[in-house]
Amino acid sequence: MSAVTSPFTERPLEWKLPYRGRVGMASLIVAESAIFTIFVVAYLFYLGKSVTGPTPREVLETPIFFTICLLSSSLTIHLAGKELENGHRKTFLILWTITIALGALFLFGTALEWRRLIYEHGLTISTNLFGTTYYSLVGLHATHVTAGLVMLTVVLLFGLAGRIGVDQAARIATLSMYWHFVDAVWVVVFTVVYLVGR
Amino acid sequence: MSSDAMAIPSAKAEARPWVEVVHEWVTTVDHKRLGILYIVYALIFLVVGGIEATIIRIQLIRPHNDLVSPQVFNRMFTMHGTTMIFFVAMPVLFGFANYLVPLMIGARDMAFPRLNAFSFWLTALGGLLLYFSFLGGNGLYGAGNAPDVGWWAYAPLTAKAFSPGPSSDYWTIALLVSGFVSIGTAINLIATIICLRCPGMTLNRMPLLAWLNLVMSGMVLIAITPLSAAQIMLLVDRYLGGHFFDTLAGGSATIWMHFFWIFGHPEVYVLIIPCFAFMSEIIPVFSRKPIFGYPVMVGATVCIAFVSLSVWAHHMFTIGMNSYANSFFTITTMAVGVPTGIKIFNWLGTMWGGSIQFKTPMLFAIGFLFQFLIAGLTGIMLASAPFDWQLSLSYFVVAHFHYVIVGGILFALFAAFYYWYPKITGRMLSERLGKLHFWLFLIGFHLTFDVMHFAGILGMPRRIYTYEPRPGWGTLNLIVTIGAFIQGVAILVFVANLVYSYFKGPKAGDDPWDAWTLEWSVSSPPPAYNFASIPAVSSRRPLWDLKHPEDPDSRYE
Repeated sequence: MSAVTSPFTERPLEWKLPYRGRVGMASLIVAESAIFTIFVVAYLFYLGKSVTGPTPREVLETPIFFTICLLSSSLTIHLAGKELENGHRKTFLILWTITIALGALFLFGTALEWRRLIYEHGLTISTNLFGTTYYSLVGLHATHVTAGLVMLTVVLLFGLAGRIGVDQAARIATLSMYWHFVDAVWVVVFTVVYLVGR
Repeated sequence: MSSDAMAIPSAKAEARPWVEVVHEWVTTVDHKRLGILYIVYALIFLVVGGIEATIIRIQLIRPHNDLVSPQVFNRMFTMHGTTMIFFVAMPVLFGFANYLVPLMIGARDMAFPRLNAFSFWLTALGGLLLYFSFLGGNGLYGAGNAPDVGWWAYAPLTAKAFSPGPSSDYWTIALLVSGFVSIGTAINLIATIICLRCPGMTLNRMPLLAWLNLVMSGMVLIAITPLSAAQIMLLVDRYLGGHFFDTLAGGSATIWMHFFWIFGHPEVYVLIIPCFAFMSEIIPVFSRKPIFGYPVMVGATVCIAFVSLSVWAHHMFTIGMNSYANSFFTITTMAVGVPTGIKIFNWLGTMWGGSIQFKTPMLFAIGFLFQFLIAGLTGIMLASAPFDWQLSLSYFVVAHFHYVIVGGILFALFAAFYYWYPKITGRMLSERLGKLHFWLFLIGFHLTFDVMHFAGILGMPRRIYTYEPRPGWGTLNLIVTIGAFIQGVAILVFVANLVYSYFKGPKAGDDPWDAWTLEWSVSSPPPAYNFASIPAVSSRRPLWDLKHPEDPDSRYE
């Protein structure tokens, strides 16, 4: 076959392109941002349009503690990545576990809040427009946190099996990008739902 | 798996048991095979969507015709539109992008081959789900089967009260799945184009096909996702009792329109930009000149992508927006015409003074230029809000967007088929059948869609299953239907050409068109690994440099 010999002379060239995981994750984040934008727009558009109660002002309480948990998990995952790059696998695993714990704590907070809203205030997704938009937006975010936690846990299991080393640092950094994105989205959701929306 | 295939000469490979061959195709992660799967899959749905169009046209051939009931007619136009956009146009363009982009940028595969395979099989699932509605949609007695809400599925048509049974849920889920496919493929294309270019291929030297697919992928990320979000909301409404589009509970039907068209209009550009990409590769080769105004072409494409994100509400002039919104969307819509015009002038500039070869791909390319221009002009007419108030929801609009989709996108696709078929199969398509296909299709196209404009101006509304014998309507509709049949015959000629040439066509060789981009440097069909050694390029036309070492392009960069 003629194709085996390439007609192109191979020349040594300085040629470095970005890591595909980083670019892929950045693209995914752009797409996800667009989805969240639509849900945020719907939330803002329907503010105060509910025909019946309860209203956000009556029932929502600002989840400050759990927000601090989620936002600080961005810091721990960043530090974990740095530790891994420097070859400190043990500190990496500890910080990684803390990240998962903080994320799980945040989800627990969401669960508590939903429980209170459903049982004390009778607010479900079909009660009124506020319920529909609130549970959709916060639920979409919580889904992303859950997906992130699953991926983080898979990494933790590999880490405990001793399979995560400096070689995987670029992949870990890619996963961190996703986690940072989930945190950044929470800043927007928090602002819209608990600050602007009340 | 594929490493065996490339060592064995093709004659022996054909003798393997068919189970093994099927297994290889089902489990493949090779971008070329997935590209072919996408294209074949889309061609099958093209025939299905074409049959639906034919049923619509036979029903409208004369006043008071009763071939199908109104209910079936609604299903036909809903399925026709949905199929053609989501399961023909998108997959076939993704197929070509999949096949060509790695070859053109000197890569051995896409950035994420398994994501690529996943995307294709999800598309297959989406199409099956949509068509399973014919069997499985009959959940409630008398609820009907296939979705019949139109391809916009405006609220409240999709509310439980008006769409009982699961028929429109098949539509929703099929489109949701198709949206995920688009996102996966777009991510893959972007990562491939940014991260896997061969040494020397700077962004400035990339073939325009790669550039335009990069822009298209970026648009997919921003513009297809709103549809996915809206579909999730619709599912919440239908299954969890939500009120997003429930006007009784304070919800808004208009916001569905906004969400749909925020997707819907950029979608047109998602489809047409890869067709611009085909044109930008084919016209230079058959004009024997490099593309005119390369940087301007890239700039105009980015400009189109940007402006087209802010034009969506021109689909909604008739719902009653305020005059500021009307003015804004009129102006932005007209503004898109400027970069598009720049592109048309650049293609003409490429042809100007060239020694043009009128091979079949070039014929379709010229047809594209002519028809896309007219489609753009009727687009400018409809962009004007008062004009739109008069003609919106009439056959004039149907004629306009079919001019874009058939006269533009489909002609460009045919050009691409004739141009790259030799690379994909190793055989040339018959020029005689190709020219017959071109002229038949051209005549059929113009009979159908030119005449539709007149029916629209005479006031014929779209989506009616029959009409009164008003002066002119019967004759015009008869001509439109005759044109549709001529197009059908042309498609049969095309399919016959594809099949006949696959077995009997003359051998193509590596580079039948004397072209300049990297895909023509490898054998036809290319080996599984594409390039034995990764090429290094030093200009926009690496094969020109290779064929003309005395006067390479790189000298002028």
